[in-house]
Amino acid sequence: MTKEEGMLYTRNLKLGNLARGARDTVPMLVGAAPFGMIFGTLVSASPMMPWHGQLMSLSVYAGSSQFIASGLIASHTGMLVIWLTTFIVNLRHMLYAATLLPHVAHLSARWRWLLGFLLTDETFAVVAGHHQQPLNASERRYAHWYFLGSGLAMYSNWQLWTLVGLLFGTLFPGLQNMGLDYAMVATFIAIIVPQLNRLPYFAAAVAAGTFAYLLQDLPYKLGLLSAVFVGVMVGVALSRSSVTSRESI
Amino acid sequence: MNFTVLILGMAIITVLIKAIFFILGDRLVFPAWLHLALSFVPVTVLTAIITPMILSPHGKNLELHLRNPQLLASLIAVLVCLISRRQLLTIAVGLMSFFFFQWQFAG
Repeated sequence: MTKEEGMLYTRNLKLGNLARGARDTVPMLVGAAPFGMIFGTLVSASPMMPWHGQLMSLSVYAGSSQFIASGLIASHTGMLVIWLTTFIVNLRHMLYAATLLPHVAHLSARWRWLLGFLLTDETFAVVAGHHQQPLNASERRYAHWYFLGSGLAMYSNWQLWTLVGLLFGTLFPGLQNMGLDYAMVATFIAIIVPQLNRLPYFAAAVAAGTFAYLLQDLPYKLGLLSAVFVGVMVGVALSRSSVTSRESI
Repeated sequence: MNFTVLILGMAIITVLIKAIFFILGDRLVFPAWLHLALSFVPVTVLTAIITPMILSPHGKNLELHLRNPQLLASLIAVLVCLISRRQLLTIAVGLMSFFFFQWQFAG
């Protein structure tokens, strides 16, 4: 292979993984669209200017905290409280980053800032699901391009639907009740189910689901965080017996 | 309130939370128990996000009955995933059953 052919080959591998990451994120795009529109509508109804809404989607890029912030702004909450709320609502991303760290630790600082910025619930789900599959050498090597593809697809989708909401949101009042967010549920099921074949993971999922249901009325995603904490504890407790027996050999 | 300052503050807080582990990552060494704990994060987070959406799609009340399209479609999606082991098929069948049940029960 000549040098030019080699470069072309590498470029195709990168673009191939980028496209695959974007493709695997498509159901999430459908699920996020109504939320982007609803966010745009909320901004129009708040004391903010429409361009503030787009600025928030472009720079903050974290759906739940954007929703909560526009609600707090509408009720004239102070800036520090909104910043603190943003901090708490977004804490779960630290868990996502810690989980995906082994797959990005070798990258340049620029890549790591970029992928960190693009991290969302949806991209975490897709990328974590990708790493659960048996990957070949080149898929592993260019997995950050897959991550980038998923992140860029979500990011441009979020910008587009924020804009649509800002411009036309008031024309579609029934948007919340169409059930488009079920696309996210179906995708998550497809990612979760194959992981439930070992008892600790199955029990962890059941515990997390139960507590998430029971604690769903807690504010600022605290119910979600507690549920994950309980689920992880259950999983660790159940795998400890096998770990200790292995260590004692 | 200066909304631009508010929004940029939110942006800085958010990107620091999201990226801090990625940035410090190669200098941090996680102990084995933390690696084990983190391996449970995907399955617990995703289950915790969707369970309330399935069991109480309208907020407060438990809707554990067969006229709940989210619940029915999710049971079908789990079955399809267990039998076929194919992601795309699971998503497609899950979504189609959801919209079918939603349309059926609306009438």
